Amino acid sequence: MAETYTSDFGTILLFLIGSVIFVMLGLFTAKLIRPHRPNPEKLTTYESGEEPIGNAWVQFNPRFYVVALIFIIFDVELAFLFPWATVFGRRELIEATNGAWGWFSLIEMFIFIGILILGLAYAWAKGHLDWIKPKPILPQSRSGIPPDVYRQFNARQEAKREA
Amino acid sequence: MESVELIYKAVYILVIFGITLLIATYSTYAERKVAAFIQDRVGPNRAGPFGLMQPLADAGKMFFKEEFIPAKSNRMLFIIGPGIAMIVACMSSAVIPFGDMLIIGGREIYLQAIEVNIGMLYIFGVVSLGVYGLMIGGWASNNKFSLLGAIRAASQNISYELAMGMSIIAILMMTGSLSLREIAEQQAGFNWNIWYQPLGFIIFLTCSFAETNRTPFDLPECETELIGGYHTEYSSMKLGLYLFAEYINIFVASAVMATLYFGAYNFPFMENLREAFSDPVVGNNVVTLIGVAVMFAKIFFFIFFFMWVRWTLPRFRYDQLMKLGWQILIPLAILNILLTGGGILLFD
Repeated sequence: MAETYTSDFGTILLFLIGSVIFVMLGLFTAKLIRPHRPNPEKLTTYESGEEPIGNAWVQFNPRFYVVALIFIIFDVELAFLFPWATVFGRRELIEATNGAWGWFSLIEMFIFIGILILGLAYAWAKGHLDWIKPKPILPQSRSGIPPDVYRQFNARQEAKREA
Repeated sequence: MESVELIYKAVYILVIFGITLLIATYSTYAERKVAAFIQDRVGPNRAGPFGLMQPLADAGKMFFKEEFIPAKSNRMLFIIGPGIAMIVACMSSAVIPFGDMLIIGGREIYLQAIEVNIGMLYIFGVVSLGVYGLMIGGWASNNKFSLLGAIRAASQNISYELAMGMSIIAILMMTGSLSLREIAEQQAGFNWNIWYQPLGFIIFLTCSFAETNRTPFDLPECETELIGGYHTEYSSMKLGLYLFAEYINIFVASAVMATLYFGAYNFPFMENLREAFSDPVVGNNVVTLIGVAVMFAKIFFFIFFFMWVRWTLPRFRYDQLMKLGWQILIPLAILNILLTGGGILLFD
């Protein structure tokens, strides 16, 4: 059996190599035959015809940070569910245990999924699943340093980056 | 013997590549014709008879267009982005069973490029890598519209991947196998999975629209808000790769839906037809060839369905999209798993 595995995934490797060659060939052919006359106007970043303001590589709020965390938890759950699902419906296992196998494994999985559903329900109730946050909550911290100092520091950093 | 095997594999790969690219190419033409039909227009009809040469003309245009790479972008990632999107799209078609086996000269030939025992997991994994292409390309452009498109693509894909995976689990509980060939064989005749998994199919269908970034889930490239979304800065062949990858993804999604839920190459009364021939080899080959035609008919129907929906439904708002994914599809998918489990134990 081990031999067939390697040869099957070997074919997938061939597929990968084939698609890489296809992409490179396409890009290379296009490079050979297309005109190439750049000028600074053409190479500016598109921003609805205006001069682009600032840089797009700034710190941004991805908004789906908590969503991504929940995703990872559920994705790991999926990884556990796949092997469970392949053995769950096995006739011979169910018959060998007079049907107890099926109900036992199903209830076991219900409990496992149930814990995750609780997590999802918590995130839902907390409003983490809403894309539009009605009230942005600013984190509060009790620090002895006055906020002005931070603001000045940020402004200095900004000036440095611009220069 | 080894080299003969290798040549067979190379031929398989070339044929699958050819079929995938041909269908993706003509999907662009079909899309415009379907759009024209739905909007009561004529559609492309200048290049060749009925405009059949249109895709070739479009491809030629892509090759000859001048390309700009914005001065402020990250050049390397800018090139890698569309490359990843295309490579991943091409690889996902590797394991689809287009037909049962043909017997030619005593040799059994399966009409599937690669049979792996985790076929479904392979497609699921490879397709979810596609979002890296969009994210890398969108970020590397250093354009605000592209960045917004990339963020949307990422959060949309992770949201819908979960519900998709759970609907696959429900199928897996019934079949007990992840091999696409085995799943296809279990649905012989008219014993298709759709009769047992209607809810799962609807979830899978919705998620595949979201995963291929098709309307009504095309928020990452939503032209009325984001110009071109993640590919705003792209031109020439690199834009071509992005667009082409989308059509290949549609083809693969259609083929997977046909295989998982609509019986792949199986059709009603195939056993009767097989027995009608006195020679079992001829009977097998005739049934297999009809099966291939049936498989492609199913795939084309789903591709048409993708286009039909695109020209019928308006786009979602982004918060509606996230709400649908997390608060409707995921609970439904969990419910589907529980119902399937109970159903298998009670009725089987």
